[in-house]
Amino acid sequence: MKAILRGLLPLLLVAVAAPLSAAEIAVKDGESIQAAVKRAKPGDVVLIHPGQYRESVYVDKDDITLRGVVVEGKWPTLDGEGKRNDAILYSGNGIVVEWLKIVRYKGNGIMGQAGNNFAIRYNVIDDAGVYGIFPQFGQNGVIEYNVLSRISDAAIYVGMCDHIDVRNNEVFGSVAGIEIENSRHNLVENNYAHDNTAGILAFITPGLPIKTAYDIVIRNNFIVNNNTPNFGAPGSIVSKLPVGIGVVVMAADDVVIEGNIVSGNNTAGVVVTDLSFITDIASDPESEPNPDRTKVLDNLMFDNGADPVAEVKAAMLSQFSKRGPDILAAPGSAQAPDKCIAGRDRYTTFGVKKWADCGAAGTANVRSHRLAEKVAPRTIANDEGRIEHLYKGICAGCHAYNMRMIGPPTIALQAQYEGNPQGIADYLANPMKKRVDFPPMPPQDHLSPEVRLKVAEYLLNKVKK
Amino acid sequence: MRLRTPILALLLLPAAHAAAPRGDAVEWTLNDVCPAGFALEDGGCRLRSLYRGLDSLQGAGVGGPQTGLPPLREGFSPQQIDLGRLLFFDPVLSVDGSLACASCHDPERGFADGLALSPGVNGLQTGRSTPSLWNVGFLKRLTCAGRAPTLEQPAQGPLFAANEMGNSPERLAESLNAIPAYRTLFRQVYGGDGTIRAEQVYAALAAFQSTLVSLNSRYDLYAAGFHEALNEREIEGMNVFRSFVARCAECHTPPLFTNQQIAVIGTPEPEGRAFDPGAQKIGGDASQRGGFKVPSLRNIARTAPYMHSGRFKTLREAVAFYNGGRGHAVPPGEKLSLHWHIWEPKLAEREIDRLVDFLQTLTDERYTPQIPARVPSGLAPGGGGLPQETTGGPAQGATAAAAYRTRIEEN
Repeated sequence: MKAILRGLLPLLLVAVAAPLSAAEIAVKDGESIQAAVKRAKPGDVVLIHPGQYRESVYVDKDDITLRGVVVEGKWPTLDGEGKRNDAILYSGNGIVVEWLKIVRYKGNGIMGQAGNNFAIRYNVIDDAGVYGIFPQFGQNGVIEYNVLSRISDAAIYVGMCDHIDVRNNEVFGSVAGIEIENSRHNLVENNYAHDNTAGILAFITPGLPIKTAYDIVIRNNFIVNNNTPNFGAPGSIVSKLPVGIGVVVMAADDVVIEGNIVSGNNTAGVVVTDLSFITDIASDPESEPNPDRTKVLDNLMFDNGADPVAEVKAAMLSQFSKRGPDILAAPGSAQAPDKCIAGRDRYTTFGVKKWADCGAAGTANVRSHRLAEKVAPRTIANDEGRIEHLYKGICAGCHAYNMRMIGPPTIALQAQYEGNPQGIADYLANPMKKRVDFPPMPPQDHLSPEVRLKVAEYLLNKVKK
Repeated sequence: MRLRTPILALLLLPAAHAAAPRGDAVEWTLNDVCPAGFALEDGGCRLRSLYRGLDSLQGAGVGGPQTGLPPLREGFSPQQIDLGRLLFFDPVLSVDGSLACASCHDPERGFADGLALSPGVNGLQTGRSTPSLWNVGFLKRLTCAGRAPTLEQPAQGPLFAANEMGNSPERLAESLNAIPAYRTLFRQVYGGDGTIRAEQVYAALAAFQSTLVSLNSRYDLYAAGFHEALNEREIEGMNVFRSFVARCAECHTPPLFTNQQIAVIGTPEPEGRAFDPGAQKIGGDASQRGGFKVPSLRNIARTAPYMHSGRFKTLREAVAFYNGGRGHAVPPGEKLSLHWHIWEPKLAEREIDRLVDFLQTLTDERYTPQIPARVPSGLAPGGGGLPQETTGGPAQGATAAAAYRTRIEEN
């Protein structure tokens, strides 16, 4: 007997330790991805088989993977047909989107809204609207091995996010290749940004609710031939970008540019500027306009500035050159000595005379800007947790356990409704004034009958001092 | 019930808040429990909400469905909040005793007044539409043009503006000090000898307004994971709302449905009305001409007409404005630095309808405070139009609000 138990023990331990079993939900051509997402529970993988999917998909759950199945070159394609808004919207934590083709949307290819711990990779996104991949208000994510083209704003746009790595992507034929905006702790590495209006941007845009951008490493990228005429929507920020720039640092602080190959950009290789670079935009006194402590370390730059825009041409004429420079610091704070440059004599430059010489230290110690540990899960983990959350969020606003608040104490309700949760559930939907000395309770009929009953059971059985 | 009954009976004894209506000999006592949604914690009333425990990037209080709120002005005592409530409804705060705060910020009309522009004292008119006060305690920037960084300051705007309540700080203190009941109540809250100072009035009004919280709408249930709270049409509308085509959520960002920034969007004035320079008037910055604070959309279905001067009568008209094309309503000759998100989304009519469906899911007035049956000045609460007697304790909620009628009707 003991021997048998000993044999079973490891098995039992495994059973206890295993996470809730993740399911795979297959979606075949002709079926709906959204229907699968609705069925999916946290941890599940939605497997999208080759085919044409004409829909927009939203994911307001945690830990869902949308994974395309690519078979002998045949891909699953989300097709907006030029009339749908976004291909994928997610707000959950731990979302993975991979191996999908996304084409012809009006808004965005993949947009995240405050989802943390995400991975967006191995997607091919073409002509998908304003942004190809756009996480917003997210922390701790990676965007890698995606190919994006013909996007009317930024192909990859990291907006108001922290701790994001953008690496090993190809971005081309767009107005901006990669834009890091009002974000902190980002690594932009090993990307190929070519044939855009501008290659890689690190921006503070005024007028947004999160005001800063700093600690951004732009490293080991190919930033080549970004000379596509600007086709940004009238009024958009990027529509104001001069054509032919490799990298723009606008007002962002502590940006390091290292190990990049920057060539063939017809206005300039790298531009560092304050907020005056973008005109005709409402000012924002809370946005700090100056780019501080920019570092340009060892990079390979050549053949930039062959056909600069008029303003740059005029500036360069003062240095008896008709070509744009490899590195341009715009008049104002961008030329201040808090910035530094390594090997300045290798480059053609404008405005960097006061910049210091950078020391030997590079960014080799920065392997990733993602967090060492995932952002903690949100409070609502499961059904029981949701009910507890609801009780504490709504009911507890008027009912304390054993004290009068605006409503009677829970202990009194427990006595009155002992064994009768349905009585409470019914009362919640249509409260009648019961106690002379208490105000009537506001109806909670926006809760479904099932949820009302669960909350009632929670109140009767779980709420204790 | 068994043994617990006697304890329960004690617990359920009425608190000493009821004011006895006996002519001049009314005895005034302030409520000693926090208003709905608030629990006493560390000596002050603190909010309970579905958003408690959630955080937000950089603490900015903007994000998606499960993002924490910006900090709330909270922790006021129940008594100070209740004093603020009495003041809010008392027309003695205006120069001629004709208008209370609640005359324009009417709880029955989403704490606005249903008017494009509002009548002030002496037959004058306000320059802009009355903003709703729901969730005002979370806002760091108040008034249409973004003036007033604290909750105490905006109260002083309407109180002392000639075309609003027309009062002065000195006169305000003087008239309140002349009412013995107020001296008693202020002493209960602030101690001392009961001499009332104008600053104490602002603080009590701020305390009361910070409890006007609306965060339990059907949308909030969806956000908390109860997806059945919204129907298919509303979810479709939500997805248009947050899509990057309509871009509504870029400025009307959850959870408050405002990013609290100034935006120049170029809405038209009512026929025959001069262009309102908005934020330019405050800072003198031409690039902010026509800029206004992005308003919260909480309870938006309750606060027609819309925009700073009430140009749009319905929610649908207001939504359709954004589909009209960048700058389509800017008067000839005006040069505005329009916000970059104002573009041509080319939404289908059906999508505009769905947006309106979704906006209606943001309605929640469960924590509407009780309108006092009487106020210490003896004037009609809310400046008139209230029933002379209402029964029941504090925070009658929507029931009392439903009984409340203002005299001022549009048209």
